[in-house]
Amino acid sequence: MSAISKRFPGVVALDRVDLEVAAGEIVGLVGENGAGKSTLMKILAGVHRADGGVVAIDGEPAVFREPADAARLGIAVIHQELELVDTLDAAGNVFLGREPHRGGPLRLLDRRRMEADTGRQLARIGAQIPPRTILRRLSTAQQQLVAIARALSMNARLLVLDEPTARLGASDAARLHAVLRDLQATGAAIVYISHRLREIEALADRAAVLRDGRNAGVLPRGEITRDRLVQLMVGRAIASNPEPRPRASAGVGPEATRPGAAPRLQVDRVRTGRYPAIEVSLTAHAGEVLGIAGLIGAGRSELAEAICGVGSRQAGRILLDGEALAIHSARDAIRAGICLVPEDRRRRGVIGAMSVRENLTLPALGTYARFGVVKRAAEARAADEIARALTVKASSIDAAVATLSGGNQQKVVLGKWLALGPRAIIFDEPTQGVDVGAKAEIHRLVRRLADDGAAVVMISSDMDEIVAESDRVAVMHHGRITGILARAACTPESIMRLAVA
Amino acid sequence: MLALCAIVAVASPQFLSVVNLQNVGRLVGTYGIFSIGVGFVIITGGIDLSVGSICALLGVLLSMMLVDWNWPPAVALAAVVALGGAFGAVHGLLITRLGLQPFIVTLCGLLLYRGAARYIADDSTKGFGTGTGFEWARALASGSVAGVPMPFVMMCIVAAIAWVLLHRSVYGRHLFAVGHNPEAARYSGVGTRTVVAWAYVLSGALAAVSAVVLAFYTNSISPASHGNFYELYAIAAAVVGGCSLRGGEGTVLGIVLGAALLQVLRNLVNLLDIPGSLDFAVMGAVILIGAVADQLFGRRMRRAGA
Repeated sequence: MSAISKRFPGVVALDRVDLEVAAGEIVGLVGENGAGKSTLMKILAGVHRADGGVVAIDGEPAVFREPADAARLGIAVIHQELELVDTLDAAGNVFLGREPHRGGPLRLLDRRRMEADTGRQLARIGAQIPPRTILRRLSTAQQQLVAIARALSMNARLLVLDEPTARLGASDAARLHAVLRDLQATGAAIVYISHRLREIEALADRAAVLRDGRNAGVLPRGEITRDRLVQLMVGRAIASNPEPRPRASAGVGPEATRPGAAPRLQVDRVRTGRYPAIEVSLTAHAGEVLGIAGLIGAGRSELAEAICGVGSRQAGRILLDGEALAIHSARDAIRAGICLVPEDRRRRGVIGAMSVRENLTLPALGTYARFGVVKRAAEARAADEIARALTVKASSIDAAVATLSGGNQQKVVLGKWLALGPRAIIFDEPTQGVDVGAKAEIHRLVRRLADDGAAVVMISSDMDEIVAESDRVAVMHHGRITGILARAACTPESIMRLAVA
Repeated sequence: MLALCAIVAVASPQFLSVVNLQNVGRLVGTYGIFSIGVGFVIITGGIDLSVGSICALLGVLLSMMLVDWNWPPAVALAAVVALGGAFGAVHGLLITRLGLQPFIVTLCGLLLYRGAARYIADDSTKGFGTGTGFEWARALASGSVAGVPMPFVMMCIVAAIAWVLLHRSVYGRHLFAVGHNPEAARYSGVGTRTVVAWAYVLSGALAAVSAVVLAFYTNSISPASHGNFYELYAIAAAVVGGCSLRGGEGTVLGIVLGAALLQVLRNLVNLLDIPGSLDFAVMGAVILIGAVADQLFGRRMRRAGA
């Protein structure tokens, strides 16, 4: 692939990126969240079309109009969330969409051939899975092997694996790596995307690093070390270390220093559904912005949801001002004064078909009602006030939220909670998909909430945002808090080091 | 709707006769009441298939309470409505607490209550005969006020209350929120399960009110066929009236007009000497044409034309 560019509305996802993979080679592809790895691979798989640049296979320029074109040329992408059908058996999945049939008007499935071929491909990668096993009954690692067998049966010569070990244990990961080395020996080209830099070190012949949609560098086998990779991944941030944010006022700092005061929000040995074996403890003080950094899948959102009562909390306590709370639902958390600005804005943050007014007043509607009947004037006034305070840009407060831009939708989510005067508020990726102007406004609001005395927790994958907006940063990796950095110690490098294995 | 009435009136002047209007009004009232309940359920994104069978079972029970057991009519009426609400509560709890699908839960309700009605009544037709002691109840359910049949009056009262509940109250707002986006509603602190469960309670209770009206009006409740297909009338009324089966959309006025439209259509079939056996077919065709037109010409048409 050479000089590949791709623009999405508002962002340049890829800017003249080159990537080369030779037959019999494993290339590690790394980069921060949003560096452009997935976009690049989607172009390779024919899901997106590049705006510029050339993809060449064996020296021949290739044009992909749809995923089937890529498949025909021997390119197979295995995504992190495996695109397999749970309820079909292994053979059914391997041949999904190109089932052999025995001809005739009924086009009956040629089960015998499907099973024989599947067995052959699975044997080739040393997987002992009967072709008739229903996929659901297989472990994640085994399902992954089925996906690889599917790729092989399509005569894939270039295999792309996106975070293949994200949900695997150490021994399963090692087995997968052995399979990949065997395939490499038979001449397959492999692109291996992973946040686990240790694996890149161990496996890759070369490592390509992307940063902000550009090539940040390629390391040959001998030079692949975690330190070098981290440097290349965050390089930009070192060059332009953001200005330290001026404190609102000298006296209104985090109250951590005040002796005897219980922290505003205390998370005590909480286990989440995603990492049920790991206990997480955290504290956030009134007036402070606590950043939570980490890579996707580190368990940050799960932690936030467990605190706010919307996700599963297997064990542990949530304390507010030293008082343990019984939180079993979002309602309980909201009543106690803990609010969540969720990551998936469209699905969880707003009700797109309802108006700005209705969204803004939803959690506190009861306060504008008498005997359960909403006082419309009071409601409209309150909504109007919030919308104005947050400078929500909408044609009117009765416009459907779905018609607003991402940044303005996010302000609506935030506005919902403002009326309640939250004591602790958690932001999950508050500025994802938000344009630059709205981003600055949201940052101001985050800070204002803290200055007004709330404990603010901000989960973000945007390194600049974390470094610039947080008073302290907790870093998570695979469900664990791997370190808490004081403001002075926060640099993109120190954070990235804690975020990768 | 008005256009349809006008067409019918022109095609058959009989439509405007007092007797006919009273008749249609009674039917519109009866069907409108339970359609509103089902509409609430549909707004949550659910469905209630049990209302017809609830009508049958409660009709049978009402007749037995009054005639066979000589209960005071006030007690009997309260018991019937409470039972309807209780059936709805059971549906609602099964759906929200156990996570069963509304279609399945209420389909089982449809079968269960129908069977129970037939068993209790020994499969024989029940009525109120010449029973005495509950004249006021009978008048309340099937009499008329200044020539307007009671069921229609009751529907107007129910609709007014439902309108406030749906379009002006906290509960109504939560109902729409849950119907549009249950996830976001939950994240906003709406007690989504409670909100949904209450919609089924309302549907059950309103089905019970209709059951009372219908029982007194027909005065003969044959448990095998009484209230047959009512759930489908209700769903059709709600959909014709602008509810989306995906949830989150609908108005009380729309549902009432939808219910009225269906009854006027039936009346038309009757008056225009179209064979009665065709009335379902006519209704189906009209609803289908409406749905197709709605899809082709967009929402605006529906709102204006409802």
